[in-house]
Amino acid sequence: MKITKDQVSHVADLARLTINEQEQELFTKQLNDILMYMDMLNSVDTTNVEPMTHAMEGTEAFREDVVRSSLPLDAVLANAPDDDGASFKVPKIIE
Amino acid sequence: MESHYLTVHELEELLRAGETTSLEITEAMFRRIDAVEERVHSYINLMKERALEAAEASDRRRRDDAALGPLDGVPIALKDLLCTTGTPTTCGSRFLERFVPPYDATAVAKLRAAGAVILGKTNMDEFAMGSSTETSYFGVTRNPWDLERVPGGSSGGSASAVAAGECAASLGSDTGGSIRQPAAFCGIVGLKPTYGRVSRYGLVAFASSLDQIGPLARDVEDCAILLSVIAGHDERDSTSFPAPVPDYRDCVGRSIKGWTVGIPREYFIEGIDPAVTAAVDRAVSVMKDLGAECREISLPHTRYGIAAYYVIAPAEASSNLARYDGIRYGFRSPGERELLDLYRNTRAAAFGSEVKRRIMIGTYALSSGYYEAYYKKASQIRTLMKRDFDKAFASCDVILAPTTPTPPFKLGEKTDDPLQMYLSDVFAAPANLAGIPGISLPCGFTADGLPLGVQLLAGYFEEGKLIQAAAALEKALFTEQRRPAL
Repeated sequence: MKITKDQVSHVADLARLTINEQEQELFTKQLNDILMYMDMLNSVDTTNVEPMTHAMEGTEAFREDVVRSSLPLDAVLANAPDDDGASFKVPKIIE
Repeated sequence: MESHYLTVHELEELLRAGETTSLEITEAMFRRIDAVEERVHSYINLMKERALEAAEASDRRRRDDAALGPLDGVPIALKDLLCTTGTPTTCGSRFLERFVPPYDATAVAKLRAAGAVILGKTNMDEFAMGSSTETSYFGVTRNPWDLERVPGGSSGGSASAVAAGECAASLGSDTGGSIRQPAAFCGIVGLKPTYGRVSRYGLVAFASSLDQIGPLARDVEDCAILLSVIAGHDERDSTSFPAPVPDYRDCVGRSIKGWTVGIPREYFIEGIDPAVTAAVDRAVSVMKDLGAECREISLPHTRYGIAAYYVIAPAEASSNLARYDGIRYGFRSPGERELLDLYRNTRAAAFGSEVKRRIMIGTYALSSGYYEAYYKKASQIRTLMKRDFDKAFASCDVILAPTTPTPPFKLGEKTDDPLQMYLSDVFAAPANLAGIPGISLPCGFTADGLPLGVQLLAGYFEEGKLIQAAAALEKALFTEQRRPAL
């Protein structure tokens, strides 16, 4: 086993996903299959090989730090699930 | 007039000659959509009213002798992860079912500025995660060549819309094959540009170091026309590259005599369908007839591509998709009293199972204790794959290989086995990992009449070479005009 049911629960928690028991079973099986397949990566010698995180490395882009207008408030709030006209509304965070 | 199967450049000629109008073409396109959409389901949302207005505006420009270029008045479809003001951009997800972006993606703004008529938003795998368009919240898209088969994915709707005559051309996105694989499955041409060639601003992110927008069209010349319009540096995407944009259309019709074409032996593996091998072999012999030297090469790390891709892409996705928290836009689970419950239950209710699976893989691969074994290791292998390509392009102009190991598969055939689904991108994902451009073009049919594709790959920013070779191959391969029996 590469990953246990408990680990799957833990990963779901880290990813902020509620999963039911059926999904937990299914994901445990599927993630095991997938992670076993990925084991082939370990057969490659990568000693002293730099990891590649980007196709165009070494092309960091700089620009002038100019203040520009942002989107108008009503455009920003137009897609909000809940708002009070000036802010996004969320459940109470601090008791 | 039956205009729905005309190419962009054919439409351009007719418009310029005054033989038709954009309004006529656009209305005919919507009639075609009405006739076939129930069977194919290429679109999630249509933009009919705005499209007809854009067509009329184009016709006015034409009358005033102020046409904007080859795309002016031409009907185009957009994959539904390109932001469009005034029309939802759903990403094939329940989460964004009602999300209407406050801005246009740069690629979309460039199309509009070139006078293109945007018809609507095409179906796709949810958040572009899939190879069959079966993970869309809005239902499956069917392959116009065989309605029991998938159109490929994740840009399946963009490919089927072109193949079924529901648009002249379309835009898609390619993270691990999502333009080239559906193009191959639907018998059309699809081009993934070099990473950084096209701005990703307003492209909903899946895996940011791999995603790239590109065209799907009926022929190579149309892809060239579209690419010239959408390519270029954009200050709102710092990964877009400030290289000049040539008129790629100039590369169409040029000889490839004396070119060297690399045939990577690792792309002819066990399990590849004999029909695919036969069609690709034919493409190789056509290249030889065109005066190119075809030489066997080795890309030794090819077989690790899918494993590396399915670490890196989900890792980036798990981070990118953290933004879907139910606070600022999109779906929110109703009646939640605790913030954590709101996050968890919102994401559980609004993401489909493939998206959840990839978030889980990515979160696991980045989590404490596993990062080195998975993410770092995969990123090192990515370096080795890039080196393989660098070495190959030191002696080859282009590489020729199959786009997919099989013809289009049946609906439902791979939905229960994610790993088998992933492996359908085995020949496509390496180009994304390296960041190089690739194009898939039709190269024949199976005995049952299913389309097959061949792909060409080139070095960084060598889209011109890619188009030159693909156009030459397309012309020499072409034998008979076939259309899906819709």
